[in-house]
Amino acid sequence: MNNKFDFIIIGSGIVGSLVARELSRYECSVLVIEKEIDVGMCPSSANSAIIHAGYDPKPGTLKAKMNAEGNRLWHEFAPELGVQFKETGSYVVAVGPDELPAINLLYEQGVKNSIPGIAVIGREEMLKREPLINPMVSGALWSPSAAVIDPFGAVLAAAENAVVNGVKYLFETRFLGFIFNGTRITGITTSKGDFFCDWAINSAGLFSDEVAHKAGVKEGFQIIPRKGSYIIFDAAKFSINNVLFQVPSALGKGVLVSTTTHGNVMIGPDSQLSENKEDSSTTREGLLSIEAGAKKLVPSIDVRNSIVTYSGIRATGNGDKDFIIETAKEVQGLINLLGIDSPGFVSAPAIAKRAVELLKEAGVKLKDKETFNPIRKPFPHFHLMSHKEKAELINKNPAYGRIICRCEEVTEGEILDAIHSPIPARTYDSIKRRTWLGTGRCQGAFDYPRVIQILARELKIPETEVTKKGKGSELVFRRTKEIIA
Amino acid sequence: MNKTYDVIIIGAGPAGLAAAIEAKKTGAKDVLIIERNDEPGGILLQCIHNGFGSVLFKKDLPGPAYAYNFITEAKQLGIEMLFDTMVLDITASRKIYATNSHEGFLEFDAKAIVLAMGCRERTRGQIRIPGTRPAGVFTAGMVQRLVNIEGLMPGKNFVILGSGDIGMIMARRLTIEGAKVIKVVELMPYLTGLRRNYVQCLQDFNIQLSLSTTIKRIIGKNRVEAVETVKVDDCLNPVAGTEEMIDCDSILLSIGLIPENELSKKSGVQLDPLTGGPIVDENMATNVAGIFSAGNVVTIYDLVDYVSKAGFIAGKNAAMYAAGQTAVKKYVEVKAGDGIRTVIPQKISVERGLVPLSNEVLFEMRVTKEYPSKISVDLMDGVNVIASHKEKYARPAEMITMKVDWNDLTTKLSKDTAGLVVKIS
Repeated sequence: MNNKFDFIIIGSGIVGSLVARELSRYECSVLVIEKEIDVGMCPSSANSAIIHAGYDPKPGTLKAKMNAEGNRLWHEFAPELGVQFKETGSYVVAVGPDELPAINLLYEQGVKNSIPGIAVIGREEMLKREPLINPMVSGALWSPSAAVIDPFGAVLAAAENAVVNGVKYLFETRFLGFIFNGTRITGITTSKGDFFCDWAINSAGLFSDEVAHKAGVKEGFQIIPRKGSYIIFDAAKFSINNVLFQVPSALGKGVLVSTTTHGNVMIGPDSQLSENKEDSSTTREGLLSIEAGAKKLVPSIDVRNSIVTYSGIRATGNGDKDFIIETAKEVQGLINLLGIDSPGFVSAPAIAKRAVELLKEAGVKLKDKETFNPIRKPFPHFHLMSHKEKAELINKNPAYGRIICRCEEVTEGEILDAIHSPIPARTYDSIKRRTWLGTGRCQGAFDYPRVIQILARELKIPETEVTKKGKGSELVFRRTKEIIA
Repeated sequence: MNKTYDVIIIGAGPAGLAAAIEAKKTGAKDVLIIERNDEPGGILLQCIHNGFGSVLFKKDLPGPAYAYNFITEAKQLGIEMLFDTMVLDITASRKIYATNSHEGFLEFDAKAIVLAMGCRERTRGQIRIPGTRPAGVFTAGMVQRLVNIEGLMPGKNFVILGSGDIGMIMARRLTIEGAKVIKVVELMPYLTGLRRNYVQCLQDFNIQLSLSTTIKRIIGKNRVEAVETVKVDDCLNPVAGTEEMIDCDSILLSIGLIPENELSKKSGVQLDPLTGGPIVDENMATNVAGIFSAGNVVTIYDLVDYVSKAGFIAGKNAAMYAAGQTAVKKYVEVKAGDGIRTVIPQKISVERGLVPLSNEVLFEMRVTKEYPSKISVDLMDGVNVIASHKEKYARPAEMITMKVDWNDLTTKLSKDTAGLVVKIS
């Protein structure tokens, strides 16, 4: 592979992948490096999955601007990229009379942030719109432009579209440092060798502080990782079709009760300091606290109907906690995208566009690529189809007739699509995130042995090299009846 | 392909095979079993340990041998079987939609259906074990399949959560295959599986069992590295200071089974929130006309022999329904009373039309807690005892079966009965 690119993007989360896609609109060469085995393995796939309306950030901040702009852009990007996106709107729910003033303040802030359609609704209206809401409800802020998204699906779609439009991705490639010519960055060193570029874009999320420090910039900036846990419920047992926030506190937006694009109810997050940037463990106290928080909104929630719990880490910066989107001043050839925590996901399209503007402002000449195709067709999802569509799909390719995951009705055909896609799935979790396999009630108990076989066959590796999420997470370690040395 | 059958059975496990055989013997001409696996036998195929058949065959058979008896008979009777085929949908008018990769999307009509989908295992997510999410956390049945069918070893050092039967059986199995089972921990103050499995699988292999203990958190980024266990009090809350760190690379969960009823719900079958399975009468009929169900899809059994017996009842009645020979005119409800957690059947027919059905009614129950000494299980109609059954002791892990004669029951029943209750006295 040629190791010289116009642009190198460090990190393939939602920001990095959308920057890659934005750059793929132009005649230029782009490399994305990612330390994990797949895109979006870190905060981008473990967050609240909400396209926030934008009333929450303080007026005048970058967060306020990017959120409002990002919300508008997602309404355009989601259909282009074939991402599951549900225009639910959202409610901030005041419980008891004491919380009502906060709703009015949020409303005023929303008006200042130019958020479309927001309105304060009364107790009766809220009870009508969500009968399961706490009967102590006193009013709510309704934001019609909020939506829910499939967060991993969105990262994948952006990355796939970037690849189809000429971007290169390198996985399991760890950033080690920059290569300089004087104060000009000319490349990066990685665990897979050196790569050269005119510009590097730091979208390393949780590690964006360390990357910036390697360039000798933003010395005072630090990511303080905070984790947030979630509980997902069995869709067959419990269903709510709204997005319900508590009145925010100093700690953040608080626990929410939300529908997902997949129809499951999700509750969370709490906010706890992580031991380190990779500590995404849940705790009993954390899970109990989100249960209590969710019950404040919907008292009938019964956690015995949970199907999975997990936690994600926020890439929160120190200082004023606003996004940092800037061209490095002390060195040349580096764009820093730092401290992208909530509302980072919704803001990502606007951040990506802003990064390209920064490049143009720095004098980079970008010429439109005539062949750029913004449309990314999603792979078929068997279980969402009608009987007739299913029959036609199986007629075309019998692999769609073999169900591998019984709860979510995922077929072998969909697994093969995932393995042979522009961003190939090479692990169990990668298949799971693309197809929803193993995300249902049985959490993969039925499909595991079958997926091990399929991955081994398709990747031409022994079963003992099939992993859950990359090296070190092997699922089986030998055949039975083997002589143990 | 669009074909009409007298009886279609979903699942070729012990309940489904028994139902098919009995349906055919009762006179159903076209009987089809739809199975998602590539061969018949269901979960029995991975149960290579013995302990099957003591009731039906008076023998101690391994699972595959027990299944083989039924598979052979089903084949001799000319029962059709469709493998590698998943049923996607069942309607109340008994239309079945299924799919496979060799014949594509399939539609069938059935005069009667027997639901015999079995059960699935409770998972980590359902009990919300805190910690990281590495590789190496498995359900016991899945590991049983990996080891016994696929020939793959998923770990070296195991901690097992739950003293259910599959967990204990896998503790022995993994030990024999060269793995180390460090410990079995059980949340409840009592064994949740059968005592004989405790003796044969744990005691005989020197595997420690810690009661009133649970996993506090799972540790490890990519693969399990350790678990932290903790003792629990009488209210099942963790007791601070009793934590213990155990190094291991695998965690096996044997924390309960749940009847698999997603298809049943699609057809409009009503479920019992306590058993998790369809509400059935003594003939294994559900509330949807012509849809019967049997085995672990109805309630979790401890012995496969009784699963097969339930399959016989369902198959016979499905065939009679298909032939237009049965009709129930009136039901009374059966409820779980003091000391009883679940009971099937949940209703009894008290007025039957057309061809007379079997007179043997089997009540199958689980108790709410351990009863160390003699108990009496009473079937009550108000204050009147209709039938009584004695046990030397009772444990939640062991199902209680009570036989009642239908004629006797209906004769003793008061005209204005408000329903039956089974309770312990």
